[in-house]
Amino acid sequence: MNFYPIFWKEMLLIRKKPWRFLASSMVMPVLYFVTFGWGLGRGMNVGGGRYLDFVLPGILALSAMNNSFGPVSTSLNISKLYTKTIEEVLVSPVSHWDIALGRTLTGLARGLFSALTLLVVGFASGVHLHLSFSFLAVLGLTAFCFGAAGVAAAMVARSHEDMANFNSFFIVPMSFLAGTFFSPDRMPEPFKSLILVYPLTHASLVLRALAAGSGPSLSSVLVLTAYSLFFFYLAGMMVKKAA
Amino acid sequence: MITTSNLTKYFGALGAVQSVSFSVGKGEVFGLLGPNGAGKTTTIRMLTTLLAPSSGSASVGGYDVIADPLGVKRSIGVVPQTLNLDIDLTCAENLEYHGRLQRMKREDRTSRIEELLHFVGLREKKDMPVEHLSGGMRRRLLIARGLMHRPAVVFMDEPTVGLDPQARRMIWGLVESLKRNGITILITTHYIEEADALCDRVAIMRTGKIIALDRPVELKKSVGQFAVECLGRYDVPRQFFPARAEAIEAGRDLCTDVVVRDVTLEDVFISLTGERIEG
Repeated sequence: MNFYPIFWKEMLLIRKKPWRFLASSMVMPVLYFVTFGWGLGRGMNVGGGRYLDFVLPGILALSAMNNSFGPVSTSLNISKLYTKTIEEVLVSPVSHWDIALGRTLTGLARGLFSALTLLVVGFASGVHLHLSFSFLAVLGLTAFCFGAAGVAAAMVARSHEDMANFNSFFIVPMSFLAGTFFSPDRMPEPFKSLILVYPLTHASLVLRALAAGSGPSLSSVLVLTAYSLFFFYLAGMMVKKAA
Repeated sequence: MITTSNLTKYFGALGAVQSVSFSVGKGEVFGLLGPNGAGKTTTIRMLTTLLAPSSGSASVGGYDVIADPLGVKRSIGVVPQTLNLDIDLTCAENLEYHGRLQRMKREDRTSRIEELLHFVGLREKKDMPVEHLSGGMRRRLLIARGLMHRPAVVFMDEPTVGLDPQARRMIWGLVESLKRNGITILITTHYIEEADALCDRVAIMRTGKIIALDRPVELKKSVGQFAVECLGRYDVPRQFFPARAEAIEAGRDLCTDVVVRDVTLEDVFISLTGERIEG
């Protein structure tokens, strides 16, 4: 396994411009938190609890997704189509699994960092949630899942426009529909079933259950794990195809 | 160190490289010379495992490019045409990253970075981000990166393209140093004087095929020793002669403003194809 150099370089780039990284990681989730949590949600109750407590786990999952998928797919796509820096890796003795893993772990680190920072903001705002190792592990799994999806998407996309289409048709609808801001139970069929296809829905459901101190649905954990493995396999295969 | 046999690459119906066969010995500098679109870069991309051949075979450093790409990757250094350095990293960090990719040990990486930055004349720029380097400096850093892990074979794809004459001469000096150290080099270029100055043997390529392959001096001899050219008259074809006196005599009858000069590799290309090697 020789994935570490790839992960090392991405972390080095982040360390060089930490404030830019922090700002870009925080803008969207904080906006969602302020708009839907403080703005629309202040004083609202869901299932007998505060809306703010309800929405934060969903926004954490959303943040993990956006900050793993976006930066990983964008930088890899630019590296493939424009700067050609990926070719340095492709002519080095590094396997396609190493390349996929190195990039996916970058997504994990970015997504997890962004979610944890938002968690601090949430706690400072008086949000109550039950923080546990399982909660953090699921956040990490969510970031890994979408980091791997980002690698696969970047390797499939043949232009920046293709990449934008992944965002428009995959990420943006999921951001709004995958149970981040509301419970999927409120949706009528067949929309409810459709929403349950999204991996982010299962991330939100599991995190919400763990945040409430109850056991998560095993099926949602399995679905999220299956998506993670599938996206990682896809990422490895797409890198292999490019190499 | 490099062998190709009927190496072929098709992009759809387009035959980018067609039945190319050659071999390069240890310590040899071998050139692929030809205009843009001749198939030079496609050939190099197949030899560096970046492209799969449509048919034919090739091996580098004893490893088959299809059956054992990791073996090939361990043996080669690549200096690509694109300046694909990470511009946010410093010179030393770019080399450090490459050393890590090549699984070099920490102490070896550290000493090798110092050695190579000195070799390419960038020791003073060690901690400078690449975005602040000139094109010539970036090109030299690319060469250092390609040599970082002490490869037995180095591929250089148009290493001086876009550089001014001074920077180009500096790169030539580096290539000559590598040659003296016994490193096998395959270089692609469309600069006549570059192929002439650096290469032990040259394969002239056109539309995906090798149309001539020999030592530069032999290639030129096959055309003649001296060329006669009418200044400013592109409608009068160049003529070639074995002796200077003969060339001068013929030039008198040809046109008013005439130049008699040594034959170049471009003359070889023109005599074979009737076309010039355009940049």
